[in-house]
Amino acid sequence: MTALSPLARIEVEQSQMRYVLYGIPLLVAVAIGAFFYFGLGGNPRNLPSAFIDKPAPAFNLVALPGRTLGPHGDPGGLSTADLKVGKPVIVNVWASWCIPCVAEHPLVDRLATKEGYTVHGINYADKAGDGAGWLKRLGDPYAKVGFDIDRKAGIEWGVYGVPETFIVDGEGIVRFKHAGALTPDLLEKTILPLLKELQ
Amino acid sequence: MIRALKAAVLAVLLTAAFPAAAVLPDEILADPALEARARELSLELRCLVCQNQSIDDSNAELARDLRILVRERLVAGDTNAEALKHIQVRYGDFVLLNPPVKASTYLLWYGPPVMLGLGLIAIVVTMRRRRTAANPRAEPLTAAERARLDAAMRREGDA
Repeated sequence: MTALSPLARIEVEQSQMRYVLYGIPLLVAVAIGAFFYFGLGGNPRNLPSAFIDKPAPAFNLVALPGRTLGPHGDPGGLSTADLKVGKPVIVNVWASWCIPCVAEHPLVDRLATKEGYTVHGINYADKAGDGAGWLKRLGDPYAKVGFDIDRKAGIEWGVYGVPETFIVDGEGIVRFKHAGALTPDLLEKTILPLLKELQ
Repeated sequence: MIRALKAAVLAVLLTAAFPAAAVLPDEILADPALEARARELSLELRCLVCQNQSIDDSNAELARDLRILVRERLVAGDTNAEALKHIQVRYGDFVLLNPPVKASTYLLWYGPPVMLGLGLIAIVVTMRRRRTAANPRAEPLTAAERARLDAAMRREGDA
């Protein structure tokens, strides 16, 4: 191969330069594509709580009527003051008409019975009697259970569906929220390590 | 003919579906000015159960609760901004259908105008360059370039 003439060399250089420029839109498209790919990967149901690292909201609920106390049971109503007790507590929002609540119930029980944490319940949008009957059937792992018949406390907590689970630290600060049923994986990888850290 | 026209008009009227708000009669405030403000705010708030509907559109129970809450706040004397804030501190930014401008949303708000600007700049630059290429006389060769070109042409001719 003979050496290129100066003119040809200029042309070759220009065309190489052009290929580099052609690459830029491709890179931009790949970057935007990656952004969308990861953006769409998340679960739209699992929204961050507005209370993370903020004090638990002000609320005051009467005790669930008709309840037969379980092994960890406390007959009182549930209010903000019950959440600032120098150790982490779990607040689980549930309802008797909620199917995922049945699915996660053994895990809630595990947190209270096997792991020894305090779990309070908020019985959300249930008729009187329904919540107590549900607990009698499935077992009652809760300490206190507040009765939120008019969903006002739920609104204070930013609840938009049941079940929802919050972890409040010893200072009464909300540290974690999960919307939807708890899973063994979530318990092992996130909830138990966080509770241990807050203990 | 008249009969057919009447039938046609009736058919159109019967099939015309107007967007129906989910507001129930018992929610509506007696004060029409407050009610109008409540409707306006309801269009700004996302129903977190249905997610792509405003609470004004949605039949979900939560949407109803939030509609009532908005009305309670307005009756209590809140401004529109205060009533929205009341719900935002409980449900987070996601409840606002119009996302607030802040560091985490700069890309969302300013990304498209910046991309448009970059696109316009790219178009102007390309058009300029093309005009220069189409009209080589616009920039006559310098003496040095002329000499290089002559030398190159001579060599090409020799080969």
